[in-house]
Amino acid sequence: MAEALKVPTMAEYMAEGKKPEVLFWVGCAGSFDDRAKKITKAFVKLLHEAGVDFAVLGTEESCTGDPAKRAGNEFLFQMQAATNIEVLNGYEIEKVVTACPHCFNTIKNEYPALGGNYEVMHHTQFLKTLLNEGKLKVEGGKFKGKRITFHDPCYLGRANGEYEAPRDLLRKLEVELVEMRKCKSNGLCCGAGGGQMFKEPEPGNKDVNIERTEQAMEVKPEVIAAGCPFCNTMMTDGVKGTNKEDSVAVMDVAELIANAHDL
Amino acid sequence: MQIIAQVLFLIALVAGIGFFVRNIRRVLRNIKLGREVDRTDNKGERFAKMARIAFGQSKMVKRPVSGLLHVIVYVGFVIINIEVLEIIIDGLFGTHRILSFMGGFYDFLIASFEILALLVLIGVIVFWIRRNILNIYRFLSRELKGWPKNDANYILYFEMVLMVLFLVMNATDYQLQLNGAPHYASEAGIVGSFPISQFLLPIFDGMSNATLIIIERAAWWLHILGILFFLNYLYYSKHLHILLAFPNVYFSKLQPQGEMDNLQSVTDEVKLMMDPDADPFAAPAEEEEGADPAKFGASDVFDLNQVQLLNSYTCTECGRCTAECPANQTGKKLSPRKIMMDTRDRLEEVGDIINTKGKYEDNGKQLLDDFILREELWACTTCNACVEACPVGIDPLSIILDMRRYLVMEESAAPNELAIAMTNIENNGAPWPYNQQDRLNWAKEN
Repeated sequence: MAEALKVPTMAEYMAEGKKPEVLFWVGCAGSFDDRAKKITKAFVKLLHEAGVDFAVLGTEESCTGDPAKRAGNEFLFQMQAATNIEVLNGYEIEKVVTACPHCFNTIKNEYPALGGNYEVMHHTQFLKTLLNEGKLKVEGGKFKGKRITFHDPCYLGRANGEYEAPRDLLRKLEVELVEMRKCKSNGLCCGAGGGQMFKEPEPGNKDVNIERTEQAMEVKPEVIAAGCPFCNTMMTDGVKGTNKEDSVAVMDVAELIANAHDL
Repeated sequence: MQIIAQVLFLIALVAGIGFFVRNIRRVLRNIKLGREVDRTDNKGERFAKMARIAFGQSKMVKRPVSGLLHVIVYVGFVIINIEVLEIIIDGLFGTHRILSFMGGFYDFLIASFEILALLVLIGVIVFWIRRNILNIYRFLSRELKGWPKNDANYILYFEMVLMVLFLVMNATDYQLQLNGAPHYASEAGIVGSFPISQFLLPIFDGMSNATLIIIERAAWWLHILGILFFLNYLYYSKHLHILLAFPNVYFSKLQPQGEMDNLQSVTDEVKLMMDPDADPFAAPAEEEEGADPAKFGASDVFDLNQVQLLNSYTCTECGRCTAECPANQTGKKLSPRKIMMDTRDRLEEVGDIINTKGKYEDNGKQLLDDFILREELWACTTCNACVEACPVGIDPLSIILDMRRYLVMEESAAPNELAIAMTNIENNGAPWPYNQQDRLNWAKEN
């Protein structure tokens, strides 16, 4: 059995009178969803590997309010935002990194108008800067030469214009990066955004995640790379739906890097 | 005789432009029924965006076939307006090709108009084939039945006729100049250059000057009357985009697409709730005299902001939004294009009531349910594909979100599973029913 991860909290830092370099905002999926927890752990391993001085909020973290806002419950969203901003400002947080594009978008774009101003990075952006600074060494490894396609999360890509950070990381792994017919600004949603994750879809011909998985399968990948816990779940379900789960894996970019080096 | 033609021309011009101005004022009045929104910031960035997207057509060419054809028709339309200027001057003063004093440059202008007219003609014919013969997904949606489909075709027929008239006018004019007919012939020799219409000359072979003049005048009059009619057709048509695309892009959102506005009215309430010094028994702050109580979200066009209403008038019904919409692609009822068309249809209905009764009187209808269905609203994944796809900066997502806000905050009408997720967020700080105290458990698991 591997020993438990060392995950410091802001409260612990505070007790020692110190401030970490960056706050890792884990998010609800990353905290509670069994699949997403693996992404969280992989990212923490990479943070340790790179010697990043980080902390999490732990039990003081709460939903950013993204699903509530996009489902139309502005009131609940702002209650969540106000509470979270109070906690973040209380700890004088300056820099936030998160593996969830929904948390990323909300904290980055919607919190400032409510009094929450932080430098917010998606974990793929953060990992890229660690690479550039030489703190994290990534090259080749287990996935070298494998056919991998990247599914753009709407809230990282179209919503915030970040298409290259995750791709740059995959290139570092020297994989064979293949693009789906719909990618980058034309990417197709996984079907989970806007609160859809938590409800049955409206009636139609098929589910969005099936359509998207079929598009991914067209390029015959060995791995579908994702950068969002919700996309990950939707694509994993889609792959199961096509009975390809033995030959096609769905993995977060952080997991790919951590696994490539057996962290 | 000549003076009568000039007077008739003046009357047609004044009537055409006057009616157009009246209709544009109606559009502006209707747009102003919406809530005010401040988009006067970052003028430089807004101008640059307008130059790039509306004037430069940068998003049109994302779909190369229709994009390129559109650019041809658009450039043709813009440049041929110089010819319209000449027609207006000639019409008012009874002159012939008044701009021909420019000599060689004039020849170049007329030649380029002719080439553009031919290209426009070809473009419009291909457009017609795409719409009516090729089964293109975007043109088959249920919201495109009836008027929207006919409207698109009428415009195409119209442009075909206008371009043919232009070429016939030039051909007969050229023949008359060759014949040395009075009024047409110039001391400077042949004015204008006719690389396309010269091939029409055999049609007019052997005709007398009198017949040629009748054909030339008929083509000239029909051409300019057609243009005036077209100008006034705009108001009733999706073709209004040729004017509104510019302000629409100018006033479009500059923030990242993922950023959705924070409702100020909600912020005020939340602040009050979280303020430990607030007196829970205090009387509510006095509202302004006659002010409506704040309504959360939108159920009708009056609740939308002016940019959203401008968006609806700008929509060309091209359906690029709908073609990219993941919900629509998987057979769900949502079509962002229909959201825009419904918004405009409802706004037009409201406008008609104001036109006939002087002010808006409730007709028992509203945008929600009577036009846009709840099922459509709940199918949206907020993925922004529709916003990205729109070549003129329309944001259907903002309307969907505002209507969801009304459903949730005014009617508590969220789908049951979403209501449960919201309750979970409220009670546990997560959309799933897990205790907030368990948030760090993952760190202890192997």
